[in-house]
Amino acid sequence: MPSAIGEPLDRVDGRAKVTGGAVYSAENNLPGMTYAVMVTSTIAKGRVASIDSAAARRAPGIIAVLTHESKLKLAKSPDDISPDSAADRRLQLLQNDRVLYAGQPVAVVVAETLEAAQEGARLAQVRYGPETPSVSVDASLAGAFIPERLSGAGDPGRSSRGDVQAGMSQASTRLEQVYTTPFQVHNPMEPHATVAVWDGPDGLTLYDATQGIFGARKRVAGLLGLAVENVRVLSPYVGGGFGSKGPTWSHVLLCAMAAREVRRPVKLVLARPQMFGPIGCRSETRQSIAIGAKPDGTLTALKNDVVTHTSSFDDFVEPASTPTRKLYSVPNNSTTQRVVRSDIGTPSYMRAPGEAPGTFALEVAMDELAYALTMDPLALRLKNYAEQDEDGQKPWSAKSLRECYRMGAERFGWAKRSPEPGSMRDGHTLIGWGLGTAMYPARRSPASARARLNRDGSIQVEAGTQEIGGGTYTTMTQIAADGIGVEPSRVIFRLGDTQFPPTPVSGGSMTTASTGSAVYLAARALRDTIIQRAVVDRNSLLYGAKPAQIAFENGRLSRSDRPGQMETIQHFAAGLGEPYIEAIVNAAPGQEKEEFSPMSFGAQFAEVRVDADLGQVFVSRMVGAFGAGRIINAKTARSNFMGGMVWGVSFALYEHAVYDERLGRIVNNNLAEYHVPVNADIGDIDVIWVDEADHHVDPIGAKGIGEIGITGSAAAVANAVFHATGKRVRDLPITLDKLL
Amino acid sequence: MNVASLSAGIAATVPLAEAQTVPSASEIVDCAITVNGREYALTLDPRITLLDLLRERLHLTGAKKGCDHGQCGACTVLSGGTRINSCLSLAVTHNGDFITTIEGLARNGDLHPLQAAFIEHDGFQCGYCTPGQICSAAGLLNEVRGRAKPLDDAEIRERMSGNICRCGAYPNIVAAIKAVRGRVAG
Amino acid sequence: MKAFAYARPSTTDEAIATFSSSSGAKFLGGGTNLIDLMKMGVEQPSTLIDITRLPLATIEEHAGGIRIGAMVRNSTVAEHPLVRDRYPVLSQAILAGASPQLRNMATIGGNLMQRTRCSYFYDPTYAHCNKRLPGSGCDAIDGYNRMHAILGASDQCIATNPGDMAVALMALDARIQVLGPQGPRSRLAGDFFRLPGDTPNIDTNLRPGELITAVDLPPIDWATGGHYLKVRDRNSYAFALISVAAVVGLDSNGSIRRAQLALGGVAHMPWRVPDAERVLIGQTPGDGAFRDVAEALLKGAKPYAHNRFKVELVRRSIARALEAASTRA
Repeated sequence: MPSAIGEPLDRVDGRAKVTGGAVYSAENNLPGMTYAVMVTSTIAKGRVASIDSAAARRAPGIIAVLTHESKLKLAKSPDDISPDSAADRRLQLLQNDRVLYAGQPVAVVVAETLEAAQEGARLAQVRYGPETPSVSVDASLAGAFIPERLSGAGDPGRSSRGDVQAGMSQASTRLEQVYTTPFQVHNPMEPHATVAVWDGPDGLTLYDATQGIFGARKRVAGLLGLAVENVRVLSPYVGGGFGSKGPTWSHVLLCAMAAREVRRPVKLVLARPQMFGPIGCRSETRQSIAIGAKPDGTLTALKNDVVTHTSSFDDFVEPASTPTRKLYSVPNNSTTQRVVRSDIGTPSYMRAPGEAPGTFALEVAMDELAYALTMDPLALRLKNYAEQDEDGQKPWSAKSLRECYRMGAERFGWAKRSPEPGSMRDGHTLIGWGLGTAMYPARRSPASARARLNRDGSIQVEAGTQEIGGGTYTTMTQIAADGIGVEPSRVIFRLGDTQFPPTPVSGGSMTTASTGSAVYLAARALRDTIIQRAVVDRNSLLYGAKPAQIAFENGRLSRSDRPGQMETIQHFAAGLGEPYIEAIVNAAPGQEKEEFSPMSFGAQFAEVRVDADLGQVFVSRMVGAFGAGRIINAKTARSNFMGGMVWGVSFALYEHAVYDERLGRIVNNNLAEYHVPVNADIGDIDVIWVDEADHHVDPIGAKGIGEIGITGSAAAVANAVFHATGKRVRDLPITLDKLL
Repeated sequence: MNVASLSAGIAATVPLAEAQTVPSASEIVDCAITVNGREYALTLDPRITLLDLLRERLHLTGAKKGCDHGQCGACTVLSGGTRINSCLSLAVTHNGDFITTIEGLARNGDLHPLQAAFIEHDGFQCGYCTPGQICSAAGLLNEVRGRAKPLDDAEIRERMSGNICRCGAYPNIVAAIKAVRGRVAG
Repeated sequence: MKAFAYARPSTTDEAIATFSSSSGAKFLGGGTNLIDLMKMGVEQPSTLIDITRLPLATIEEHAGGIRIGAMVRNSTVAEHPLVRDRYPVLSQAILAGASPQLRNMATIGGNLMQRTRCSYFYDPTYAHCNKRLPGSGCDAIDGYNRMHAILGASDQCIATNPGDMAVALMALDARIQVLGPQGPRSRLAGDFFRLPGDTPNIDTNLRPGELITAVDLPPIDWATGGHYLKVRDRNSYAFALISVAAVVGLDSNGSIRRAQLALGGVAHMPWRVPDAERVLIGQTPGDGAFRDVAEALLKGAKPYAHNRFKVELVRRSIARALEAASTRA
C-alpha cells in the first residue's frame, strides 16, 4: 500500500507561510487593542529606588504605567513552581523592588499606540540602588555546588563507573584539557509576543508565541487564580523557538496582568534587546576532560568535570556531561557537574541542551587524542564503539552509528584526507577536514489526539501541539493519512489551541514520537471504527464482512476476499446518521525506557577554508549522516537536520553573548553584534540518514531530529580548523583573532 | 505532491481593528501611499515606521518585525521594486510611493514563481523570515534583470545576506532562487 | 521615539532655511543610521527635514572626475558604470557594507554622517559616554572594546567609524561639497571627519545647518586598480574589524609609482597617513614594502584589552590589500 510516511511532501502550511497568510501571535489585531512595552532593568543586581511613572503618564496616549508599586495581585508567588513541570521558571512579576539580573522587567507601560508606549517606556526613568553583580565563573567558583539532578532528563549530578585514576595509570597516552563554550542566546526570528484578552474576570485568551500551549495555560491559570479550562492559549504559528519559548516567562503573565488592569486587549512584544536576559540563554560551560588510552587507541579512562551557571534565584543545570557518560565504551568513567550562581536571567533549554556543548568538548578531545596516537580520528571512534549504554547499563533501543560513520565518510571522501595539519592549501587558503559524533536522546511524553470523519467526507485531525518550524502540520498530516488509509490531501490537521487534545511541549525532539504516536493511534482507531460501522451497515456493500477482511487504502474500503466490492470513504461518510464520528486517543510511553536506552546518533564531517593570514573561516562543505529512527517526511527532515548543522557552524564560529562583567550586562544585545550566520556563511550541506527501524521507542518508530544536527557539528568544524591550521582552539567561538 | 490549499483554515482569523486615531504630541502628517496596488490616504504620526504602518494600521502583517533596527531583514518590502528595510523607514517619507509586500506578490491566487519555489525547495521552516526573504529575492532578481553575467551560488549567498534565517534554511533558499533565476533567464 | 515635526522641503535653500528656523533639527537621508539612533533615544531631533527628494541625486562627469549627488543611494553609486570603471575601490567598499536593502536606502551624503559605533554610545542606559553625555566618562575604555579604535583615540572616546564607503572616499581624496547659511564650500574627506580629542560628541567638521550636496571624486589617471579588503567576524552583513582601501599605480617596470590607502575599523575616522604612503614609492610590490607602510601607519597604535589582535591584523590586511591592488594596477 502506498505510504505517505517518508514521502517528501511539500509543507501543508507552505502556502500560508510564503504569502504572509500565516498569523503569528503579535499579528492578532483585536478591536480596542492597546500596546504594552516593558521597561527592563539596566543593572544586574540591587533594588529599584524609584520609577518616574508620572513623567510617563503625562505622555500622550498612555493608559497605564505598572510598577511594583501598583501591587498587582497574584494567586500565588511567582517563585512557586510546579515540581512536575521541568519548564516552569521563577518569574519577576513586579511583586517587589528587587533586581536580580539585567533585563528584568521592572515596569510595563500600556498605551493607545505602539509609538506612544515606546516613548512612555523611555520616559519612565528608573533610579536604582545598585549592588555589585557577579556573572563570571571564576568569581563564584568557590561557592559552586553539585546539583542532585541535571535539567532535562533529570540525570544525576555526578556519575562514576570503574576507577578513573587506575584507568589513567594504565594508559600510555594521556590528555587533559579544558574546553569552554560561551553564553548563547536563542534569538528566534520572531520575538516573544503575547496578546491577552479577558472575557470577564474569570476568562482569559492568550495568543502566545510559545512552544508549549498547555504549559503556558497551566502556569498562567495557576498564577492568576483561574480555572485551567477558563484559560485558552492559541499558537498556530511560532516563528522559531529553539527552547526559548518552552518555559512561560515573565512577559506572558505581565501581558495578561496589564490587560486585566486596563480592561482591554493588550499586545506585548519583546524588543530584540529584551531577548537577551529575561527569556533564558544557554549557560557558558567549562569542561575539564581527561582521557587515557592504550597505544592501539583503546580508552582506559575518561573523565569530564563541568561547570555551568544558574541564576541567583532558580536552578537550571545544562547537562553537558551526558555525552561523556554514554558515547564511548570505557571501563573507567566519571563526570561531575558543578554550578555557580550568577546575577543573570535563569539559563534554560537551548537546542540540544547538554549534548551541544558536551559533544563539542568530548569530540575535540577525541580528535586531540587521535593526533597524539597518530591514529585516524574515525578509526579511534570505531575502536571505542559503545555496543550498549554503559552508563545506564542497558542496550540501545537501536544504534546505527557505525553505518553513519561509514556512509558519511564515503559521501564526504574522508579516506582521501591527508592527516598532517596544514597539508591542504589553495593559495592563501588553508583547507581542513574534521569529524565529530552526534548524539541526542530519543524522548517521548504522554500525548493525545482526535481524529474525526465528517459527513462531507473530510477528515479533521487535531492535537494541541505547536508548529515551530519542524514541519508538524505536515508530518502529522502524513501520519494521520497513513493511519486511516487516505491520501494526505484529504486530512486537515489543526494544532496550536488548548481546546484541542493535550500534548507536550515542542521541545526535546519529542513531538513526532509523542504527538505523532497519538495522532497515529487516533487515526487507527478512527479507521477501525469506520470499518466496524461499515460491516454492520445494511446499506453498505461491505455489509456482513469480517473487519479483518476489510482493506482501507487511498480512501477506499474493500473486501480482500471479493476485490470488486468496495466503498469510498466519501460515500460511507455521506451515510452517517450523525454529523461526524471520531476517535480520541491518549497515548503514553510504556516500560521501554526501563529496558532500553533510546538514543539517536550521527556522524558529522566538515570542510573549512581558512584564510592563512587573516584567520577568517568559511565552512565550505558539511556532510551529516544520522540514524534517528523512522523519518516521516524526507523533505522537512532534511531541512531540520540541516538547520541543526547550521547551528553547529554558528556554535563553532559565531555565537557569543558578551557580558560586561563590571555591569553584569550583555553588551552585544542585538542582531548586528550577536552574530548568527548569514547566507554567505553557509556552504554546501549534505544530509543523509540510515533507514533505521527502532521497534522499541514508540508505535511509529520515530526518534526525533530537531536537535541532533547541532551535536557533533561544532566539534567537526573545530577539528577541521585544527587540521587546516595546526591551531587547536578549545574556547568557542573560533573568531579570527584566535587564529592569527 | 502538494496539499497546500488545505492550510487556509489553519490560522484563526480575528476581526480587524479600525485604524486607530493617533494621540501624540507629534505633528500629524497627511500622506498617500499605494500598497499592493491599493492607495491609502493616511494621517500619520511621523514617528510611525513603514513596517508599523503595515502591521499595526493596515493589518498587512506579512512583513515581519525581527529586530526593528535593520539588522535582520525580516521587514523587507519593495518600494518601487527596490528592496528596503521597512523598519528603518518612516512611513511619511513614502508619500506617493508604490510599496509591494508579500501579500501583493501572488496574482489572482497564483503564487509568484519565488513563492512556489520556496515551497518546492523548502526554503523556510518556521516561516517568520520568509516574507522578507521572498521580497528580498524579488528585489535581487530586479537588480540583476537584463544582466549578462549569470547569478551563481556565491553571489546569491552574498546578495541574500541581509536576511537572517535562524532556522538555517539558507541552502534551500539559494536553491529556490536559483530555480527561479534559471526559469526567468530561460 | 520622541515626537518631532516633519518637513519635506523641495529645494536646498528651503532645506537650509528650515534648519535655521528650528533648533534641534536634523536632515534625514535614507535614515538607516539616524532612525536607528532615534529609536534608541540617542538622537532626539525636534524636526526632521526629509531631504531625500531634493534634486541632489545625479552622478555626472565633473572636472575630469565625477560628481555624485548627496542623495544618490549607495547601491546606485556602487553599480554605476563610471564608478565601477574608474573607482572600483569605491564600488567594492560600498558593496562590502551593510546589506543590499540598507544600501538601497542609504544615501552617499547620509552615509558620510553615520555616527561612530560603540555599544556604550548606542544604548543611553549606559551611564558613561562622552560622546552622548560630554563629561560623563567612557564605559568602553575598561569595558568590552573588541570593535574599538587602536589609533587616534583619546582618553575621552575610543569608538570607531563603522563606514566602508568613507574609507574608500578617504583613500581617493574625495571632496565633500556642502551648502550652508553662508553659501557653498568644500572639504577634502581628510578634513571632513574628526578624531575624538576632547570633543568626541562631534563626529565631523560640518558646521551646524550645513547640508552635504555632493561628493567629488578627483581624476585618477595613474591607477585603474584598487582593492577594498574587509575583515570581519562573518562573511557578510557585519562591521569591519579592519578594512583597507588601497589604490596603487605602477610604472612601466613594475615599481610603485603612487599609492593611496586608508584603514577602517581602527579609529574615530577613516585612517590615512599620506607620509606613510610615500615609503611605497619606487618600491617593488612585496611583503617588505607592505610591512614598512603598515608600520608607518601603525605609529602610535594603542590597543585595548579586547582588540590587541587588531595591530597584527592591520599589518596582514594591508599586505593583502596592497598585493591585490598591485595585481590589478
